Formats: sequence, structure tokens, C-alpha cells
Amino acid sequence: MAADTTNILIVGVGGQGTLLASRVLAQAAVAQGHDVKVSEIHGMAQRGGSVVSQVRYGPKIFSPIIKRGDADVIMAFEKLEAARYLPFLKKGGLMVINTDRIDPLPVMSGEVGYPERLEEKIAQVVPKTITLDATGIAAGCGTSRAANIVLVGLVGRALGFPLDLLEEAVRALVPKKVVDINIKALNAGWNYMDNNLISMVRD
Amino acid sequence: MKSLMIGNMAIARGAYEAGVTVATAYPGTPSTEIVENISRFEGVYAEWSPNEKVALEVGFGASLGGARTLVAMKHVGVNVAADPLYTLSYTGVNGGLVLVSADDPGMHSSQNEQDNRGYGRFAKLLVIEPSDSQEALDFTREAFELSEKYDTPVMLRVTTRLCHSQSLVQPGERLNRPLKEYKKNEAKYVMLPGFARLRHVEVEKRMASLREYVEESPLNRIEWGDRSIGIITSGIAYQYVKEVMPEVSVLKLGTVNPLPEKLIRSFADQVKKLYVVEELEPVIEEQLKAWGIEVTGKSVLPRIGEYSPELLEELLLGVPAPSGYQLGESIPARPPLLCPGCPHRGVFYVLKRKRLTVTGDIGCYTLGALKPLGAMDTTLCMGASIGTALGMEKARGPKSARKTVAVIGDSTFVHSGITPLIDTVYNRGNTTVMILDNGTTAMTGHQDHPATGRTITEEETARLDLEALVRAIGVKRVRKVDPLRIGELEKALDEELSQDGPSVILACRPCALIDKSPKPSLYIDEDKCKGCKICIKLGCTGVYWVQEDRKARINPDLCQGCGLCIEVCKFDAVLERGAN
Repeated sequence: MAADTTNILIVGVGGQGTLLASRVLAQAAVAQGHDVKVSEIHGMAQRGGSVVSQVRYGPKIFSPIIKRGDADVIMAFEKLEAARYLPFLKKGGLMVINTDRIDPLPVMSGEVGYPERLEEKIAQVVPKTITLDATGIAAGCGTSRAANIVLVGLVGRALGFPLDLLEEAVRALVPKKVVDINIKALNAGWNYMDNNLISMVRD
Repeated sequence: MKSLMIGNMAIARGAYEAGVTVATAYPGTPSTEIVENISRFEGVYAEWSPNEKVALEVGFGASLGGARTLVAMKHVGVNVAADPLYTLSYTGVNGGLVLVSADDPGMHSSQNEQDNRGYGRFAKLLVIEPSDSQEALDFTREAFELSEKYDTPVMLRVTTRLCHSQSLVQPGERLNRPLKEYKKNEAKYVMLPGFARLRHVEVEKRMASLREYVEESPLNRIEWGDRSIGIITSGIAYQYVKEVMPEVSVLKLGTVNPLPEKLIRSFADQVKKLYVVEELEPVIEEQLKAWGIEVTGKSVLPRIGEYSPELLEELLLGVPAPSGYQLGESIPARPPLLCPGCPHRGVFYVLKRKRLTVTGDIGCYTLGALKPLGAMDTTLCMGASIGTALGMEKARGPKSARKTVAVIGDSTFVHSGITPLIDTVYNRGNTTVMILDNGTTAMTGHQDHPATGRTITEEETARLDLEALVRAIGVKRVRKVDPLRIGELEKALDEELSQDGPSVILACRPCALIDKSPKPSLYIDEDKCKGCKICIKLGCTGVYWVQEDRKARINPDLCQGCGLCIEVCKFDAVLERGAN
């Protein structure tokens, strides 16, 4: 794997907007002149199942899918999904966890419990872990549905994308009616990534 | 300027640029977005056909009529279209005809993982396979040229990873191409035995010319590198090979049927150790072996499931997959499930409670087979539910029909449920059929169909009246119910199952994802909730179990207010906000 390739794994639950998040980051990477590939999930898994989108960019990209242990960043829209895809994170990679909890069927039905303190346990093994209530932040911007764009703002800054490129990508990809809310959400995520966090990530 | 496109969009763009004026399809993951995207271009007629066989027959007519025509379907759709396809190989085309077969290795959203390259050999078609979105566009354009030049339908074979991966594409201009003239030619287009025998000779001649063409085709290329290892590959597997073994020599095949034998022999002669890397069946490998070429393939690589870079690293290079970070904790699975508010939920809740044998079909409602509903006995293919129920009855006697229900969606019923219902009436079956009419083709992303009364471009059209259709077939007992009203549903089932003769119950309610009608906001009164978990057993993400309190709660972000939990709660604990 080329060292100059960046791999982003976006994981969540069908319906959370992982597809849009991957498309915004991919669009921004194209605008920076990278070769880009994105792998998406359509079909049955979108019905409330565990979903994963993958974004890869760099000078030349072959595979659209990321190997285990090779993701530079995992953007998890839900805690359990962060834990599920943890083995895909590269040593020293960045784990971003939205503190949303969506119970999967075995938990809803009381068959098994939802694992306790997942984000803490992940932070214990992954030095670069950022945990935030992106859904709450998005709700503050106008709709909890923009949690995906909050996370894009945060990860976009961590990866060194200029804010205006991300904004441009958001404008191009979200429906006109909700552009303003999403730009707000993007900025909220961007601002969440303060200097302390930036130095932690770039360490 | 280059832009990102999923493979399916690139195929649509390629067809548009090739001058396609007719495109047909039945929706099916991973093929759906191809004709969906084509329908948005000016100057192209696109349709959702009732099924893939009809789609290909319309495609045949359009091709004879002189249009360049694209027909798209998922791999199992080609089985439905196989009848016209084999003989289309004999008639050949007038305007170029390209059939896109979107295969699903790994079965992301399918009932099997058949390898449709096999159709190429069996039906004697030129089969080409792109490896990224740019090639998807370029190969689609080229496919139309080849179809007309060699007078053959061309199969463009793609897989889920290509269909649903985005990569950069440089779009081109649309070819300005006049409609070809239609000339009557019964010897070519009327496949009576006498004519067909002559056409078979033409098919074999065409295969001979295609074998010559593929030797020189720009769709195949050798990328020389280290000659100690040579890899023959195609499709998405090519990308995985380049990812993990950038230094080896690669013969990248764009034409996978027929194979370029001379090119392959020459490549094989110039490398020390030869591999074939192909997902699913050893289609290429077996032909090489028949030619006496020493090659390694399925002895080290699986014929089951999807490939990946890490799989090739492990099996070809002996590099074990990295373990990555580990949490040392078991993570509960998250299977797909029916959406909150889904009208199918009520149906499966009742079917489970009645302990009926349920022959199922293909659609979102196949999820009714999973826990906690778990109310489905069979799912085979599109339309199979009704014939399966009839067969069970014929094997086990008419009494068994009183314990058996066939369940089929509206789009699936139109696709291929009508003929087995005719069979049921004709051969004196007693099956009770439930048509789950949610007014859309939901699983593939809400496409219209004949019974929605709208076309692919959302124009109003004649609406197929399912009730009138069923009556016209000869079913005497037909009734409509609301699938979220449990009592109504139970009564209907009890009555229909106890009657002789076939019955049809139309369970009508729009898919929760498209139903825009206002819904109440629900909550659970914690004093009234006795913790019986009956609402939890509905398997709805809108309601969840709180272990500490031993009570159920409603998640207002997810709840759609369908009220099914009100129906099942024996303690009247589920209430509407704002209602007294």
C-alpha cells in the first residue's frame, strides 16, 4: 500500500447518511487533484443493517476497498459500529466516534446487552480517539440528520482539507433546501476540531 | 472535466454517448441505477419493464427497429431473460444491443452468486468486463460498435463492487447516430427450425470472427513487470491484483468470452509462474487448462464469495491479514431488518402467531424470515411463492392448504406471480395468497411498476388494477385489508384459510419510507407497561427494551407512529401524544 494513499472508512447503520458523508469527502479529494475511489453499499443492508462506505485518495488508487489494519481514519456514526470495524484501523490511525447508540435486534429484544462503555474501551486501545455527540451538535444546527456532515467537518479538518473545498462539496451534494443547515453543521464539526485535537491527531 | 461516478452511472453515460435511444430494465441490486440514470438523459426512451424477460424482448424489438438499445438486470434477472437471450444469439441484432448483467459475488443483496460469464459461453455471446468507472463508460460505448459490427448481442458483465464504486470518469460527446432502417428478414428473425438451423451456422461463423477479434482487441492489454509471476485477471479483481502486487506482469482481459487464446499462450510462455485471479467460477482457468496451459487458480483461491486485496495478499503472497486493533469483546450482530413503520411487520406478526407455513418471495418482506418475526419457510426466486404453495398442497393434500399462505409483494407479483396464480386456479388449488401491496418496488430504492400507475420518469399512466386482475384470473375470493390492523388481518386469514378454492388477500398500505401522511407521536405509559415484551417481539427499532426498568420505551427519533404496538399491547400502555 502506497504511503501517500489516505484511507477513510465510514461506518454506521443503514439510513444514517454514511453514503453522503463519503461522497462529500471524495468530492473534496477530487477538488484537491487526487485520484479517488469510493465503495458504497446499496440494497438489503441499507435496511437498518451495519453499513460501511470506503473512501481512498492519493496519486493513484487501484482497489476501491480498504484492507484490515489499513484505514487512516474510521468515522463511526454509532458506537457499536466503531467497535465492529476497529480491526480495520491502522496502528496510529484516528478513530472518530459519534456517541449515538442504536440498538441492533439482539439488543432490542433483550437477547444480549449493548456493550458498556464502548467509547472508553476503544479509547484505551486507540490513542487517537475522538468521541463526540455529533447528533446533538447537528440538532443544534437545525437537524439531527446532519450528524454526518458534522463528522465530515471534523474529519475533513483532521485530514487537512481546506474548509472552502468542503463547503463547496456540501453545496454540490446536499438538497438545496438543507444547504444552510448542512454548512452550519460542517462548520460546527470543523470548529470542534480545535488546536488541542489537531496536535493530538498530527502527533 | 473528470468527475466521480459509480460504475452504474458510467454505464448509463456510456450508453448515452453511444447514441442509445431505448433502455429497459427491471430493478435489481446491483443493477438498478443504470437505467434509472439513463432515464434522466434527453432523447432516450427508458422503461421499467414488468420483468427481465419482457425487458429483453422489448430490447430485441427496439434493436430490430434500428435503435441502439441497452437492457440491464441483475445476474438472476438474466435467468428470467434467458429464453429470449439464447435465441437472440441466433437472430443477431440490427441496432446495437447490449445486455448488462450485474453479478453479486458475496451476495450483498441476492439469493445466489451465480457467475454469468457462463452465459457467454453457453449462449455464444461476446462478453466484456470493465474494471473501473472509466472503463465502464468506454467499454459500454465500444460494446455497441461491436454488437453492430459482429451482429451479436453483447453482454457487459459487471459486479457489485464495480456497480457501486465511484471513480473518476472523463465523459465524452453523444454520438449523433441516425436510426437504422428496419428491413423484413424472416430468415434472420423468424426462428422456425428451418431458419434457425441456418442461423446456427452463422453463430459459429461469428464466434470464429470474434475469436480473431479478441486477439487484437484494445480491451485486452499486457502490463509487463517482473516476469517470474504472470497474472491473468479481469474486472474488479484486476484492481486488487494491482493493489497488492504492483510489480508482477499482468494480462488484463476486457473480453472474457471468447478468450484470446494466442495472446494468453504468448503471455504464458513469457512468465515463469502463471496465475488466474477471477472471482467465483474458474471460467478462464478451465479453458486454459483445456488448452494444456499450466496455471494456478482455484487450487489456492476460493470460488466462493467476493475477493479483496487482503485475501490476495494472504493466499498469493502468504502475508497473513493484519489483526489490527482488537477490543477483545464480542460485538452483537446487526442484521438488516424491516424499517420502523413498515406495513409488512403486521403481516409477519400475524403469520407467526398463527404458526402457518409461509412460502415467501423476493423483496424487503423476505426479512420477515429473520428473528424475531421468523415467519417464512421458503424463498427461492422472484414469483416462486405461489407455485411453491400449490406444490406443497399437491404433495400433502388439500388440508395442508389451510395451514399455508403464499406471500408476495406487488412488484414481484407483476414480475412473475401472475402465471402461478393462473396455475392455482386452473389446477384447483386452494392456496391463500397474500399480495403485500406497498405501492412500490421498495428494496431496490422505490421504483415504479405497472400497478403504481407511474412510469420510470414519474409520468401518469394506466394503472394495473391488481384486484381486477386477480378476479379476471378466476379467483373468486378477493379482499383488501390494512396490514397494520391485526384484528382485520387475522379475521381475513381465518376466513380465507377455512374456505375451499384459492383466495387472494391484498394487504394494502404504502411503504413507510414513502408514506407522507401525518402520523401520531407515540409514547409508552410506564405505569401501564407490564414488561410483557409483546411490542419488542415486533422487531421494530422504534421500540426498545430497558433492562433496568423491565419496561419498553419508544424511540421518538425512529418511531413512525404506525400504531402496530398499540394493536398488540394488551395493557393499553402505548398512547398517542396529545390524545386523551
